[in-house]
Amino acid sequence: MMSEQKAETYAPGTHPSLPPPPLTTGWLGWIRGNLFSTPFQIILTCLVIWVVWNVLQGFLDWALFKAVFIAESRDQCWDIMRARSPDPANPELGACWAIIVERWQQFLYGFYPREALWRPNLAFVLWIAALVPVLWDHCPQRGKLIWFSLAFPFIGYVLIFGAGILPEVRTDQLGGLLLTLIIGVTGITVSLPVGIVLALGRRSDMPLVRIVCVCFIEFIRGVPLITLLFVASTMLNYFLPPGTTFDLLLRVVIMVSLFASAYMAEVIRGGLQAIPKGQFEAADALGLSYWKSMRLIVLPQALKISIPGIVNTFIGLFKDTTLVIIIGVLDLLGIGKANTSDPKWGGLQSEVYTFVAILFFIFCFAMSRYSLYLERKLDTGHKR
Amino acid sequence: MQDSTTATPQISISALWMDKRWRGVIMQIVTMAVLVAVVTYLLTNLFANAEAQGLVLSFNFLSEPSHYDINQALIDYNSTMTHGRAALVGILNTALVAVCGIILTTMVGFLGGVLSLSSNWLVRKIVYVYVEFCRNVPVLVQILLWYAVILKLPRDPVIMAESIFLSNRGFFLPKPIFEPAFWGVVIALLIAIVAAWLLKRHADAKQAATGKRYPAGLYGLALIVFLPLLAYGALGAPMTLEIPEATRFSVRGGLLLRPEFVALTVALAFYTAAFITEIVRSGISSVSRGQTEAAYALGVKPSWTMRLIILPQALRVIIPPLTSQYLNLTKNSSLAIAIGYMDIMATLGGITLNQTGQAVVCIMLAMLIYLSFSLFISMLMNIYNRHVKLVER
Repeated sequence: MMSEQKAETYAPGTHPSLPPPPLTTGWLGWIRGNLFSTPFQIILTCLVIWVVWNVLQGFLDWALFKAVFIAESRDQCWDIMRARSPDPANPELGACWAIIVERWQQFLYGFYPREALWRPNLAFVLWIAALVPVLWDHCPQRGKLIWFSLAFPFIGYVLIFGAGILPEVRTDQLGGLLLTLIIGVTGITVSLPVGIVLALGRRSDMPLVRIVCVCFIEFIRGVPLITLLFVASTMLNYFLPPGTTFDLLLRVVIMVSLFASAYMAEVIRGGLQAIPKGQFEAADALGLSYWKSMRLIVLPQALKISIPGIVNTFIGLFKDTTLVIIIGVLDLLGIGKANTSDPKWGGLQSEVYTFVAILFFIFCFAMSRYSLYLERKLDTGHKR
Repeated sequence: MQDSTTATPQISISALWMDKRWRGVIMQIVTMAVLVAVVTYLLTNLFANAEAQGLVLSFNFLSEPSHYDINQALIDYNSTMTHGRAALVGILNTALVAVCGIILTTMVGFLGGVLSLSSNWLVRKIVYVYVEFCRNVPVLVQILLWYAVILKLPRDPVIMAESIFLSNRGFFLPKPIFEPAFWGVVIALLIAIVAAWLLKRHADAKQAATGKRYPAGLYGLALIVFLPLLAYGALGAPMTLEIPEATRFSVRGGLLLRPEFVALTVALAFYTAAFITEIVRSGISSVSRGQTEAAYALGVKPSWTMRLIILPQALRVIIPPLTSQYLNLTKNSSLAIAIGYMDIMATLGGITLNQTGQAVVCIMLAMLIYLSFSLFISMLMNIYNRHVKLVER
């Protein structure tokens, strides 16, 4: 009978809620909804898992399980691998990371005098310390530490190059990650102010200034960076008085900075265009001069809007520093490429380039994560 | 003595500077003077240096024989031909990489963009990993990695489908050999495309007049596929395939894709596709959800919604950054010099420059070629932008 099936009776609307069906909540529900929702998705998920498993297994085999980390030369690497594998005639070759382990100092510092390595190390630590008050809002004593950040370029220059106070180091002794960081950081630091000036010049009311800025920006953005680096290395000598020599590293840094400034100018121009006309009109109504209205009203808003684009340009600039190997400057990739033609370690392209790729990935991924953090922090308005 | 009621303004530099109307003029005069001074300084140095080194700045070297070979050329070329012809071979090689790269990157990029919005978590994460890897590793490193991987292929070719040979000396594909009658097939294809377009216009007009629509897209597609096939059959099959065959030491015949070309195209395509994935994803996400909901409320099918409502609006957001990525791919193809592919920078800006010593002229020419290409694409893009721009106050 019906009344024996129910334990109690409930008034309408008062029945206690039952738990949801087991396969719709919790991690089981998540798997069902996100991975196995329709038959097509089931097949797709299984296919993807199979492919990823095989690729991952192959890569980890090569990079870790069959790899040799310590050896004296490439041939010794292969001997060790041949001895390890079950069939010496068909050895399963892993990665020979021994080249990195033996030559790590060259990869990091280039040809910097080995007894003076404390100087770039100290400069690196001081650079991190100089970055912290700039990037982190809640840094304690931020006001005082900013002065240190402003002074750091000079401190860093003296530490790395000498400049009279310390023993001198020539620019052709620099190389590897040290050189990449020097070119990248200098380019980034110089390109932002120059880019702002170019962007403002492009929107100027003075026709000559506007034409000059437009021509410069469109020219630099229309040619590949390699052509500009060729200009810096081969052509620039023709444009200077006969007999003058200009340090190659300085030429490269100037050219890379100019290149980044043009791209930065376009990004900032986009930000400036997003400012409503009312802001400029209000600044004029308050009687602010051009530079005061820019500094106090327009540029803070424009820069905030363009931060994703600015950090993207920074990341692109840092990656573009690898192009200097084409004109013979030995940065991180250049040292790597030179080592692949070394007689003792020749032919280890995959290992060397994978190592270089991982290093660049770490730096650039950190920058893009920071940009996401910045976007979230500054997203105080413009909600749709 | 000055009458106080007719005071004449003080003409001095500081007074002019304070006056906003004149300050701009003074700034521009100063800028012009600085510009002229700098340009004069650079040009006098250039001519002094050229004279000191006995170098005559001219374009004559373009008509002198080049004395070097180029391993991959789309047109006839040998070492007795001129530097100008070598530069043309370089330009065609750059164009080849650009066209193949753009086609490949569009396919991969759009596929990645659509997959990144999939409901499958695993697929989304795979696309994320791919995009983050390709965006955070320099393109030169990626090109060198692909080149290293291709060179590790075995010397004895891996054979696929009995007609495609992959080895570390390149990829051998069947080469189509066209007889003159093949032009009939090409003409049939062009006629079919025009007919399909006219068919669509007629269908649109009929729909606007009566509200009824016939499947013009399907008919048009059938025309484009079957009319050339019909022509091909009617003309007696004017195309044969030359299949590569493996001899004892190498592979003979067929179409050879060199490892440099393959590495460069594939690396550039996957690198640019990562950026295009993000562009497509942001383009499709930028269309407000209300559009989809309104379409469903009107009873429009999901596939029709995507095709007729979401995609046209998304394309307005996608196309400008997409064309700038195409430009980036073309400019990045100049990195071919790092792996030995003979593009414009390697011929004109490389070997020709070293042989003739005309650094200034060669690099200026190379820059001019890239610049004209970039400006042309930018101009087309600006026209398109103005055409589809949202009209505001």
